[in-house]
Amino acid sequence: MSAAPFELWVFLSRSPLLWLTVTLAAYVAADRVSQATGRHPLANPVLHSIWLIGLILWTTATPYATYFEGAQFVHFLLGPATVSLAFPLWEHRKTVLRTAVPMLAALLVGSVVALGSVLLTGALLGLPQDLLVAMAPKSVTAAVAMGIATTMGGDPALTAVMVALTGILGAIIVTPLFNLLRVTDWRARGFAVGLASHGIGTARAFQVNALAGTFAGIAMGLNALLTAILAPLALGLLAR
Amino acid sequence: MIAALTTILLCQLAGEALARGIGLPIPGPVLGLVLMLLLLALRERFRKRLPDTLTGPVLEATGRTILAHLSLLFVPAGVGVVQRLDVFGAYALPLAITLVVSTIAALVATLLTFKLVLRLTGDKGEAA
Repeated sequence: MSAAPFELWVFLSRSPLLWLTVTLAAYVAADRVSQATGRHPLANPVLHSIWLIGLILWTTATPYATYFEGAQFVHFLLGPATVSLAFPLWEHRKTVLRTAVPMLAALLVGSVVALGSVLLTGALLGLPQDLLVAMAPKSVTAAVAMGIATTMGGDPALTAVMVALTGILGAIIVTPLFNLLRVTDWRARGFAVGLASHGIGTARAFQVNALAGTFAGIAMGLNALLTAILAPLALGLLAR
Repeated sequence: MIAALTTILLCQLAGEALARGIGLPIPGPVLGLVLMLLLLALRERFRKRLPDTLTGPVLEATGRTILAHLSLLFVPAGVGVVQRLDVFGAYALPLAITLVVSTIAALVATLLTFKLVLRLTGDKGEAA
């Protein structure tokens, strides 16, 4: 190889521009595949973007920190996206208020089960304490979960990965699982996937049904609030 | 568009300041969500006396644009898995089992509670 293309690569591989473009390009490609398969659960765009980008980073020996210099612009929008959940919530406030009682009941049970089941299963299988702390807020949207992990002395980067994995998992499982359970109410289906799998689950719900997506967004917001309060309590109980 | 984006960021900023300032256990963006709800409620009430930048459809449209690509926003964090391959290699099976069990448990528990309480409160379905 002559010196010129190599120098060009050295420059580009360190610039945020390249990695921001790679992030968007990988997602556009993965989203097209998802569209082409009629939004098949296994064609989840987040899942396929992640391994594709991971492979590119590995082949080019690019450190994650360099990648994140570019990808941080996308990551930053998680916060504004959380604030923006106010819009569907406000628009559907009448439907939401009418189903306030079932929602609050489902929120309480779901949040406790999400938190309790991950801590109990993890502890039973012998996962170390630092992993348990990182996993505790796994059902909560990334920006919030990382904040919760930090307050509890966990590793926010590890939490972010757990959050992404839980989201992908829920988005893949939800449609076949709920069809198997023969539940057709879009409000209940959406609320459950938003609670268990935050933004990725909510994105999946919006793909399937708009009402389901709205309820998923509400569940995601409410569970972020409740888990922030419950997670430190649950870990305190477990530590005893 | 810029005014709308600023409004959204201001809510988040105020939420962040509030959470850290008072030391609330609630994360900043969630407080930002609550503040945006309050803002929307106030806007509804004082619609006639407010400038068009606040009452127009742009604020909602901007929020919807961000929400429409919600799953993209999780990609950078998810790619972080490459940094933690040692952890995931060492605990692959227990980690996978824990995540699958807990995700299914949370999904089913939430769904069934929602359905049960809907029936108890005499709901007539989605259209009602």
